[in-house]
Amino acid sequence: MADTVAASGQGTRRSRRRGLLWHARRNPSMTLGLAILALVILGTVFASRLTHYDPILIDPLARLKPPSAAHALGTDVVGRDLWSRTIYGGRISLLIGITVALLTTSIGLLIGLVSGYNRTADAILMRIMDGLMSIPAILLAIAFMAFMPASIITVVAAISIVEIPRVVRLVRGVVLSIREQAYIEAAVISGSRVGRILIRHILPNTLAPLSVQATYVCAAAILFESLLSFLGAGTPPEIPSWGNIMAEGRTYFVLAPWIILAPGFMLSLTVLAINLLGDSLRDLLDPRFARRL
Amino acid sequence: MWTLIIRRMLATAPVLATVAVVVFAILHVAPGDPAAVIAGDQATPQQILDIRAKLGLDLPFRDQFMLWLNNTLHGNFGTSIFSNQPVGLLILQRLQPTIALTITTTIVTVALAVPIGVLAAWRAGSWIDRMLMSFAVLGFSFPVFVVGYILIYLFAVELRFLPIQGYRPLEDGFWPFLQHLVLPSLALGMSFMALIARITRASVLEVLSQDHIRTARAKGMSVRQLLFSHALPNAAVPIVTIIGAGVAILLGGVVVTESVFAIPGLGRLVVDAILQRDYPVIQAVLLIFSVTYVFVNLAIDLLYVVVDPRIRY
Repeated sequence: MADTVAASGQGTRRSRRRGLLWHARRNPSMTLGLAILALVILGTVFASRLTHYDPILIDPLARLKPPSAAHALGTDVVGRDLWSRTIYGGRISLLIGITVALLTTSIGLLIGLVSGYNRTADAILMRIMDGLMSIPAILLAIAFMAFMPASIITVVAAISIVEIPRVVRLVRGVVLSIREQAYIEAAVISGSRVGRILIRHILPNTLAPLSVQATYVCAAAILFESLLSFLGAGTPPEIPSWGNIMAEGRTYFVLAPWIILAPGFMLSLTVLAINLLGDSLRDLLDPRFARRL
Repeated sequence: MWTLIIRRMLATAPVLATVAVVVFAILHVAPGDPAAVIAGDQATPQQILDIRAKLGLDLPFRDQFMLWLNNTLHGNFGTSIFSNQPVGLLILQRLQPTIALTITTTIVTVALAVPIGVLAAWRAGSWIDRMLMSFAVLGFSFPVFVVGYILIYLFAVELRFLPIQGYRPLEDGFWPFLQHLVLPSLALGMSFMALIARITRASVLEVLSQDHIRTARAKGMSVRQLLFSHALPNAAVPIVTIIGAGVAILLGGVVVTESVFAIPGLGRLVVDAILQRDYPVIQAVLLIFSVTYVFVNLAIDLLYVVVDPRIRY
């Protein structure tokens, strides 16, 4: 990113003075993404201020009530308030999304650097990554979940295993293209050690595409958590996460479609916001690298 | 060229080997005794012993793997722990819905997404382009199960055009068969469609900026002929590649779609097996899906030669 700023030099300094509104108008999809995301984050952080219902409080008298003044999004099969469950559920999704994004980018970066620079390690690591990527992601994650104790940590581990190979590929690609550059050759000739070359000269080049990839991983992780929970192999069912709420609504969909549609809509909106952010970040940083394939 | 085709085919061997090891090792990743994990919390010691003997878990790890590999390569996938039926038979019974769903989805998706991408590229920068590409971003973000339920709500619950859930085999007649596949295919194809449309747009856009397109236009060629007989074939390689890569999305999505629409296919089989920890079934279905993916991509690689005769490997 430092390169981009330095390269555009004068222009950047001028545009910085133009203020927030100018940038917002120039980059509408990023603004929209940031705005939605900010709303979702604020909503989940201050969930207790936005509702006076307890997300796990059972109210047998108010079962399967459609949206009304008392319950803005209706209630579920045991009378729990859906608005309250949905905003509290966002906490789990965002937490898992961010954790997985940080975890996979750091592990993927490490493996990718080694793989890109050392041919022997590369041959072994890439076979493993190819193998992992050949198993449909959802299946690999649920199969992993099946034999592990159900907990949020297991969910994070399952999603990370699926996402790491994709990050490794990206980092490795960048390393392979950078190591052929003349300045790396110069560094080798002047006696820099491998570790120093990797960290000082190659690592900074991976950061721009990596940060774009991190947003996509975050979106994918949020989707995955819901999918796993929806299929009954994710976050423990007593925790209200978007996937769990939807899973509970499956049986009553015709009777009470709001149980699935409300968290489903929130989920899609959040993922949309993160994708918009990622896309505009990609266009901003470097259009060549982080094509989403 | 043949040597190159053979070399490409041989290159799938290490990938398939890794898949086999991963699929086999999943059970052994879990902490504790695998037999106890499969048997669940309420199992008696005798049940755990039975499972251990049935799966050959008392053998050393390497022997277990070789035995399993040997059996699998001979088409023997073992017996289900829960139904006690051969896994091969269980899979055969569930094959038709899954194949039908993937084929209809691929057809619908490619038939819609490629023209959308071409249209967006032709009108790049216009409101049509922006609208189509916003739709593509939406398609990425709305997960299969959310799209599925929205479609069920609109077309089955409110409008009553189509059945809510279920599957009719082809033997019951073509029309009911198709009726039950419309909504699942659309739901499953949504993100795949978004992906293909985006790549098609980018790829065609690149070709459209080339000289031979300008020449053809200058000679007065019609727009349709220009787009579909000059631009699209030259843009085909990335599109075909992404269709192959998207098969992974499709195979994964099948699992979810079948759950949403109550379709008794392989996806439903494996989800049930996973919830019951029916290990032989999980292994077999995981292996079938992965091998399918590897071979589809092998086929796509070989297809490059047909799509673009300049490629001779």
